[in-house]
Amino acid sequence: MYLRLVAGALALAVVTGPARAADTADQVTDFKLDNGLEVVVIEDHRAPVVVQMVWYKVGAADEQPGVSGIAHFLEHLMFKGTDTMKAGEFSATVAANGGSDNAFTTQDYTAYFQRVAADRLPLMMKMESDRMTHLKLTPDVVDTERQVILEERAMRIDSNPQALFGEQLNAAQYLNSPYGIPVIGWRQEMEKLSLKEATDFYHKYYAPNDAVLVVAGDVTPDKVKELAQKYYGPIPANPDLGPRMRPQEPPQLAERRLTMRDARVAQPYVTRSYLAPERDAGDQQKAAALTLLSGLLGGTTGKLYEDLVVKQKLAVYASSYYSGTSYDDTTFGVYGVPAPGVTLEQLEAGIDKVLAQFLKDGVNQEDLDRLKMQIRAGQIYDRDDVDGLARMYGAALTSGLTVKDVQDWPEILDKTTPAQILAAAKEVLNRDHSVTGYLTPPDSDTGTDAPARVAAPTSGELTR
Amino acid sequence: MIRFVLPVLFSLVALPALAEVHIQKVTSPGGITAWLVEEHSIPFTALDMQFAGGASLDLPGKRGATNLMTGLLEEGSGKMDSQQFAKAEDDLAASFNYDVGDDTLSVSARFLSENRDKAVDLLRQSLVEPTFPQDAIDRVREQVLSIIASNKQDPGKIASTTFDKEAFGDHPYATSLNGTEESVKALNRDDIVTAWKNVMVKDRVNIAAVGDITPEQLGKLLDRLLGDLPTGGAALPGDAKLTLTPGVTVVPYDTPQAQVIWAQKGLDLNDPDFFPAYILNTILGGGSFESRLMKEVRVKRGLTYGVYSYLVDRDHADLWMGSVASSNDKVAEAIKVIKDQWGEIAKNGVTAEELANAKKYMTGEYPLRFDGNGTIASILVGMQHDGMPIDYPASRNDKIDAVTLADVNRVAKEYLDPDKLRFVVVGQPEGLKSTD
Repeated sequence: MYLRLVAGALALAVVTGPARAADTADQVTDFKLDNGLEVVVIEDHRAPVVVQMVWYKVGAADEQPGVSGIAHFLEHLMFKGTDTMKAGEFSATVAANGGSDNAFTTQDYTAYFQRVAADRLPLMMKMESDRMTHLKLTPDVVDTERQVILEERAMRIDSNPQALFGEQLNAAQYLNSPYGIPVIGWRQEMEKLSLKEATDFYHKYYAPNDAVLVVAGDVTPDKVKELAQKYYGPIPANPDLGPRMRPQEPPQLAERRLTMRDARVAQPYVTRSYLAPERDAGDQQKAAALTLLSGLLGGTTGKLYEDLVVKQKLAVYASSYYSGTSYDDTTFGVYGVPAPGVTLEQLEAGIDKVLAQFLKDGVNQEDLDRLKMQIRAGQIYDRDDVDGLARMYGAALTSGLTVKDVQDWPEILDKTTPAQILAAAKEVLNRDHSVTGYLTPPDSDTGTDAPARVAAPTSGELTR
Repeated sequence: MIRFVLPVLFSLVALPALAEVHIQKVTSPGGITAWLVEEHSIPFTALDMQFAGGASLDLPGKRGATNLMTGLLEEGSGKMDSQQFAKAEDDLAASFNYDVGDDTLSVSARFLSENRDKAVDLLRQSLVEPTFPQDAIDRVREQVLSIIASNKQDPGKIASTTFDKEAFGDHPYATSLNGTEESVKALNRDDIVTAWKNVMVKDRVNIAAVGDITPEQLGKLLDRLLGDLPTGGAALPGDAKLTLTPGVTVVPYDTPQAQVIWAQKGLDLNDPDFFPAYILNTILGGGSFESRLMKEVRVKRGLTYGVYSYLVDRDHADLWMGSVASSNDKVAEAIKVIKDQWGEIAKNGVTAEELANAKKYMTGEYPLRFDGNGTIASILVGMQHDGMPIDYPASRNDKIDAVTLADVNRVAKEYLDPDKLRFVVVGQPEGLKSTD
């Protein structure tokens, strides 16, 4: 599979499902402070390293209309000083202690992390707890940083036709959910984001009862408990924090079709996303079935690649993606990059044929066994990457799941039956809930010639 | 996504290892050597290999052959076709990755202890008995052609392609290892087989294993895995003669944000001035928010999301490079600030405080790299390729600490010169024109 060297982002979406299913219960301890802060400790004593992550249960999808990008903008501004620290002093202190730090924002969460030698954990907690409530911003800092996020948008989105197309597809996919608005924000709204809007957002959402502290590495639960109590314990809960409510999707009754033409596109492709259920606390069965479905259809051993690339030679690459960790309804996607001489219509018809055949034939038991073997092995490999485990727990706990849900997940996957996978496929692969997109150069009708690189469906994670 | 997408070559300074990582040198009964770190707490092994030469061993007129060959190693071998191989790999829950760069062809594998022998047999088959079937050649060729077409429309790739052409004369580094549409279309199976014979030789491979495996087990594994490969291979290319001249190259491209790379001559990893230069670069533009470039271009002026400088130590060329992306109406100012900073640090050096902070960061961050089997294997194989001694890790931080303020500032004065920089700018930059 040569293209995995290139089509990274998309391939990744396929891999993240089954591969991240760690059965890590024996490494993990969790507890809650009186002020509502959830704490997860993941032990790995192989190296004297620790990662502290604070995850807030707030992301771009929690923004009010008209201020798109404010969650991510605030994430940048969180490095710009507190009552007791100057702008930039946070990261400078981490660096002077031989560590590195950063932050990232998605639709569902905003997270801050430092990676340091284990004995520096107290200092990291001191600083991270300080900025949970003592952020102090000045207008000039805000004005300059706004330019930085506009440059970030120019780099990630405006310079990249695939990313621009991804924004259009998402906007068409969600009729009512804020998932249709890009995490980084629409440019005309970003240009007007103000200090006041950032601090309002901060005061509304940044509080211990809206956060998860994940500490992973060479630490013990007792020590973390003691330190968390000392540094985060005194911060009062925000009593005004309401339940997390977002606009939900109405019934989707009409399939949507988009064509975008851009001179920078060297390689046309076709993509289809279907609205799909996500993992919910205590209710992960359907998401497990979809995760396995994505494994059966996607990747080089999946039906799409095997049929469209290897056998029929209609495509140079074809795969599927699904990631169930999401607070609200997410998407299941398929896509293909046409071989020379194949039109996007022909390839789309080919994809539909593969899907129809799968729905007719059902699940091949050998294929499913192979997938489940990989999932079981993934639980071993995952233990090698404690940062990855920290991220898995943080993302799950800020997307409506519990520690138990995370730990139940491998077994739910393992017990999922062919009938459940087929039922989920029949429910989700319904074109009334779908968006089909063609990305092509301007002079091509639907893109005949030339081979392709695929654009990621916007994974939606932005980093500082 | 972590902090930044660091320029790839920054990682080369991911030199060595940490005192607490116990590295053993293992020699197989058949005489193949590898470095090993035993770590029995998780039942799998990470195995990394690098074959020296990489895509620079492409024969004249056959550009892209090594790259295409690398993409084909998992697409047919022994009695298996590509799908059978991929399924066999999945059945074992093993994972093999094959990649090629200008200087190395690398293979990364991980496999469970419970089926280690079977996984090694399968990996061996792909390295020693590839069959390069014609239908796979055609399929992967289309994938490579698609990448070549896309790279032509990618501002960052246009910048690096333009730069390489200006910097490296007739050396293989001057052209993309993907080859061109023309050269790749002309490659036939014989060319692929030749590329395989030229690169995959057992006396030019470095190997590191980390995980649940003993020295005895690793010795046997090495002979089984690589014993049947030939020795020799094609001659390595000589050093590149730098044809870089100072100035600005503008490549017009319709995009809102200009992509910029710049460079001057650099220095070798074994140069006695390397460590002062490495520290100096950390202060100048080494990737953290504390660097001067980041502070001046991003934090103070908001001209970019990211700006970096890095020492590039390739096997046959040394450069001191940098990169930035900035909107068309701002990029001229960004470049001016970068040149000013390059000149300022050359003229006035760094402060004692900057040096102390950089040392604290670098010596503190170093041991944190050694935090997983896969990561450590990858570091150890790179160390061997760069000719580092096996006990290097223990002394690496001492080398950082030994550098004085006078060393750093002398190196700044001797090496850095804003008037020697060549900037390649892809976009529609306002107020910038190409010079000679």
